[in-house]
Amino acid sequence: MNTGIKTLRIDGRDVGARADQTILQVARENDIFIPSLCYLEGLSPVGACRLCLVEVKGASRLLPSCVTRVEEGMEVTTRSERLDAYRRMILELLFSERNHICSVCVSNGHCELQSLAERLNLTHVHFPYRYPRLPVDASHPRFVADHNRCILCTRCVRVCDEIEGAHTWEVMGRGIEARVITDLNQPWGQSESCTSCGKCVHVCPTGALSEKGRSVAEMAKRRQFLPYLTMMRTQAR
Amino acid sequence: MTLEELERTAAEERAGQRKFTCHLHVCTAASCLSAGGAQVKQALEQELAERGMRNFCRVKGVGCMGLCSAGPLVAAHPEGFLYGHVVPEDAPDITRSLVEGRPVRRLSVPADQPFFRRQLKLVLENSGLVDPERLEEYIAAGGYTSLLRAITEMTRQEVIREVTVSGLRGRGGAGYPTGLKWSTVAKSTDAEKYVVCNADEGDPGAFMDRAVLESDPHRVLEGMAIAAYAVGARHGFIYVRAEYPLAVARLRTAIRQAERAGLLGNRIAGTPFSFHVEVRLGAGAFVCGEETALMASIEGRRGTPRPRPPYPAEYGLWGHSTLINNVETFANIPVILREGGEWFARIGAAASKGTKVFALAGRVINTGLIEVPMGISLREIIFEIGGGIPEGRRFKAVQTGGPSGGCIPEEYLDTPVDYESLAALGSMMGSGGLIVMDESTCMVDLARFFLEFSKGESCGKCVPCRVGTAHLYDLLDRLVKGEANGESLRMLEELSDLLRNTSLCGLGQSAPNPVLSTLRYFREEYEAHLAGRCLAGTCRVGTSG
Amino acid sequence: MNWVRPAPPTEDKRWKIVDASMRRLGYRRDALIEALHSVQETFGYLDDDSLRYVAQSLRLPLSAVYGAATFYHFFTLKPPGKHACVVCTGTACHIKGAPQLLEMMEREYQLKPGETTPDGRLSLLTARCVGSCGLAPVVVLDRELAGKLTPDQMRQWLERRLAYDT
Repeated sequence: MNTGIKTLRIDGRDVGARADQTILQVARENDIFIPSLCYLEGLSPVGACRLCLVEVKGASRLLPSCVTRVEEGMEVTTRSERLDAYRRMILELLFSERNHICSVCVSNGHCELQSLAERLNLTHVHFPYRYPRLPVDASHPRFVADHNRCILCTRCVRVCDEIEGAHTWEVMGRGIEARVITDLNQPWGQSESCTSCGKCVHVCPTGALSEKGRSVAEMAKRRQFLPYLTMMRTQAR
Repeated sequence: MTLEELERTAAEERAGQRKFTCHLHVCTAASCLSAGGAQVKQALEQELAERGMRNFCRVKGVGCMGLCSAGPLVAAHPEGFLYGHVVPEDAPDITRSLVEGRPVRRLSVPADQPFFRRQLKLVLENSGLVDPERLEEYIAAGGYTSLLRAITEMTRQEVIREVTVSGLRGRGGAGYPTGLKWSTVAKSTDAEKYVVCNADEGDPGAFMDRAVLESDPHRVLEGMAIAAYAVGARHGFIYVRAEYPLAVARLRTAIRQAERAGLLGNRIAGTPFSFHVEVRLGAGAFVCGEETALMASIEGRRGTPRPRPPYPAEYGLWGHSTLINNVETFANIPVILREGGEWFARIGAAASKGTKVFALAGRVINTGLIEVPMGISLREIIFEIGGGIPEGRRFKAVQTGGPSGGCIPEEYLDTPVDYESLAALGSMMGSGGLIVMDESTCMVDLARFFLEFSKGESCGKCVPCRVGTAHLYDLLDRLVKGEANGESLRMLEELSDLLRNTSLCGLGQSAPNPVLSTLRYFREEYEAHLAGRCLAGTCRVGTSG
Repeated sequence: MNWVRPAPPTEDKRWKIVDASMRRLGYRRDALIEALHSVQETFGYLDDDSLRYVAQSLRLPLSAVYGAATFYHFFTLKPPGKHACVVCTGTACHIKGAPQLLEMMEREYQLKPGETTPDGRLSLLTARCVGSCGLAPVVVLDRELAGKLTPDQMRQWLERRLAYDT
């Protein structure tokens, strides 16, 4: 196990870190805000949403802080006009991609996409809305999958694969046609591999996955299980 | 097989070939085959048999001779006759011409023309001369000598030194120094390393790699084996797109032949060096030309890229140190080792050494495969080698780098072809596709064509590319149809900037290049489309809605 | 628990070919793409039963196999038509008239790329580049390639070939 300690500078502040930590982890430990949506502590990071991109002195490209390991003497900038403009545009792309209508959504007020838009001062979406026709799958006895609200963060895929071990969820197709599916693209209720554990529902950042019986603004997610399981499983060794 | 046995085989093969007074080479690469090359070959064999000339002249199938627009091609050696657009019915005339010693005029393609004279064949030195399905012919042409010399007479460091001194840069498009990549993988202390050949040539309009694999597959295998020796790998994969069945078949045959001869496999030439190679099929995903996506595909997963670093040299196939190079890069290795790195470095331009194979296509008289020294001008390629624009039309632009590249207008035709010069113009070398356009091509429609491609090939993992390419395509589609407004150009530029700087992989980062490039040099066409007119006269603007 | 290799979905002897492709790579998970190629080559397309069989043979999750099968455009989950017509949409073919060929197919056969005629006779597909740019625009009908066609020439060629069936 690498016990080396590194010191680096984030937004002008000197911080200490373990050699195996990422910029994002160190930033969050020090209450420095870097936005993210696909990242969730306890799941493997994928660097897909691109919201966590930061400027690093000497690097020719912006780097995804959720997967970039810290280096000694690194100089990181997490906020700038350019970075924030990119982040707002990425959120606008997400809002324009599918049908996100907060006023009738069970996650209204509990949604990470919504909170982030607020936090980054997103006031309007200037890309044309695409209004794709997407299904709502309510076949499962306990849960609902509403693809209109999905942002393809793949947290559901990762938690089911890495934590539950069932690998029920996966992404099908590619590009703008990509969608998350269960088993052989069957209705969720007919899935043979799903254990109904509900982990996917609670790691989902939006109202795409929710519990049945919730009405508008009632789907608050409960994620304590994730750090708890991670801790239990590493301690068991 | 040892070096002595190799030389003996070569001598035997050459003696066997000398028994014939002449040889008829019939191109059996995919393009000529689909134009009827196999039937031509059969007809020639039959005609020679009927005339009792089977001991006088031998017919053999060879790889690409380059001038694909004149296919099916037949060449007579040593006479030096070259025939184009040959049909089976031409067999009597061709065989008679061998006896008379005079070429058939109506079929003749002048061998002394810029198309052939101005080329410098290193990668393609055997293409069109050896039968790609016979190992002995490759050996007779000097094949596998570089590999055996390397593993019996040189250290791994010496091999890497030759490649580094040569200045060879990755021919897949990125132009990363090959020697540097090899030495990075060589330094890794991983016990299990891999060598991967990227043969997923996905650029629409590029067929260089296909031609090399169909015409001289052993060359690529030899290059990979030398690389494996240099970096310390024992296993290799060639990832070929499924749309190249002939290349796949020839590779598989070549691997079998080389293994049986002891030139691949366990303890090659009696040394401790072992190298096993397999072919792995792609399945229709342009994004799998990207290194990390390619590796995911070999591992049996969806071909989505992952962030780099870590690079494949550190964390590649199944987490092991992996060397990935393009087909053409590997195909340069045998000749570099044979002639030396310094020799190679004297060819080409200052920072772009050696030659480049290009697939010349589009509105140009001579379409086909060419290999030229780096630093040659675009003008020379298009107007001398290519023969210029047909039907007396005017040159408009040349597209390089496929969907990741840009177009270059007339005023820059004297630009030397090298990595840096093309990038400075807003395009890139790419893998070698060169599409020539005349005034009948609408640049807005062209940009839309490339974005339609990128949108369909986006893997969907990262937000900017997945949604951004869809929006870019929609904007261009509205522009083409004359349904866009003034906002559209600004939005195109905004999205282009976002994708270039925030996309996860090269596909998204370079997807906006065709848009940015055409906006830079042909902005007037966009403005005209906004006003409801197509300057090229080909788009039906404003007829819908 | 001991792993039991599943039985093929049907008695069809051609499953042996698919099995061979997986066995050649030791039934490892990286045999997936080769296995799917084998199924498609043998049976023409990938149906649920074959996906399930491959998943069980390679000990892969069903969704992983489905995700891979739908990611790669070479694979199709729908039965193909009796004849497959592929129009190349590479750059050189695009410049030399591929869009007009596709327009003709929509007009005369009511077919868009990826669709099959209702009687199952003809499927229309597009390919990103078949590598015969010197013959642009290129069309492949089953295994036969034709180049430099105008929309009219292409229609006549199709009609002649399809007429062999009757």
